[in-house]
Amino acid sequence: MSAEIARVFRAEYGRAVAVLARFLGDLSLAEEAVQDAFTTALERWPHDGVPPAPAGWIITTARHRAIDRLRREASRDRRHADAMRLLASDEPIEEHDVNDDQLRLIFTCCHPSLAPEAQLALTLRLIGGLTTAEIARAFLVPESTMGQRLSRAKAKIRAAGIPYRVPDAAQRPARLRFVLAVIYLVFNEGYSATTGEALMRAALCDEAIRLGRLLLALMPEESEVAGLLSLMLFIDARRAARADEHGAFVRLADQDRSAWNGARLAEARALLRACLARNAPGAYQIQAAINAVHSDATEADATDWPQILALYDRLMAINPSPVVALNRAVVVAEIDGPARALDIVDELALDGYHPFHAVRADLLRRLGLDADASLAYQAAISRCANAREREFLERRLHELRAN
Amino acid sequence: MKTYLLSVCYPAGASQPPPDALRKIMRDVHGVQQQMQAAGAWVFSGGLHPANTATVIRQQGGDVVTTDGPFIESKEQIGGITILRAADLDAALEWARQLASATTTPIEVRPFFEQPPA
Repeated sequence: MSAEIARVFRAEYGRAVAVLARFLGDLSLAEEAVQDAFTTALERWPHDGVPPAPAGWIITTARHRAIDRLRREASRDRRHADAMRLLASDEPIEEHDVNDDQLRLIFTCCHPSLAPEAQLALTLRLIGGLTTAEIARAFLVPESTMGQRLSRAKAKIRAAGIPYRVPDAAQRPARLRFVLAVIYLVFNEGYSATTGEALMRAALCDEAIRLGRLLLALMPEESEVAGLLSLMLFIDARRAARADEHGAFVRLADQDRSAWNGARLAEARALLRACLARNAPGAYQIQAAINAVHSDATEADATDWPQILALYDRLMAINPSPVVALNRAVVVAEIDGPARALDIVDELALDGYHPFHAVRADLLRRLGLDADASLAYQAAISRCANAREREFLERRLHELRAN
Repeated sequence: MKTYLLSVCYPAGASQPPPDALRKIMRDVHGVQQQMQAAGAWVFSGGLHPANTATVIRQQGGDVVTTDGPFIESKEQIGGITILRAADLDAALEWARQLASATTTPIEVRPFFEQPPA
């Protein structure tokens, strides 16, 4: 029974908070009401059995608990009175209203006036339904720290008057970028996280994909939402091939391509085709397309590098950054050789970024400049916080010295 | 409605823009202020003399001590303030965006405590 309640909690917590926040106009009150409802479920369901519509039961119970709480506080605040009237009306809640509520909540959690780590924590807590303890474990911080981060963020939402609203059409593209960035950050934290338990990291990738699916269901007309989901599915499809039987990191070029998840790749390709057909290109769609070209090659040598370079050129045109330039240089090395690529890489100001040194090391090694390559590997190793990637770099350095 | 403080921020010791640029800034800021007034959002605004013109009063053992200010030596200074009423933060941020473009400086937006009903 408690497993069943945990499952309902995970699936319905975010939706229930989103609905209650509409009535209450306050996230903390909404959360308390929904938590009260789940406490009641833990008391009643073992005796009465799981109700036929658990989600509806939770929302109805949370409404009643919210009324109880507001009565106890006996506040004369007009907002409380308005909330009471709305809560007591007991009008049925339509599915499309719930969707609107969830979208409002997503935009509130990802408001740019909140710090990125606060946006991330709020999204996982309020949309993803992860517990504070789970989020704390995923980011290797004490639970009390994560609890404080969440309550400070909610206090700012209330004090600063961050609206519970989907931005209007003029603001939406800019605001959507923050939402997409938070979801991709969750995914990257899971995929290439520098810290955290391996199991929690896999759960973060799954969570990011779940959030991507939810956002796409809520905003099916936004090409970049589909682009981001496609990108995450392409990358996630390689999860099993990214580590060997000892857990060591395996580069894309050396991966066993038969271990890639075919179903995920098929879904990623279908999504990408559909959003590219709308002709509203964006950075996530282009990155998904780059991954599509990689996954079309049955072996690394069969990769269509000129096609990938053309996609990187488009990415640089709409979203220029030193990191994109570095990744583009790796492709240049495949087409024009390591010397041309090294000229590009040496112009980039990325000293603190370990992949910069790893790419330089590999290019120098291919040019036969072993001493410089060795120094670059050491620079990469000293800046790399991920144990498995560090082992990989140490192995490369060791091979270089053995030659 | 909520009340927000919009502060014009500039680095301490920054030199004033040349007269022509300053005139344009004053004109643009005045324009934004007129729009705020027309929209019923404006409560108060004003420019401030530099922080080295400030005086600090403090209670010390039953006495009142007067010293040359400012209270806190800060890298950022406040060049002026606007107080406005807005429905929510997004509405306040939209006014702040217009003000930042007029002043050519960053604008800090900070909420007031809500007034308890009288």
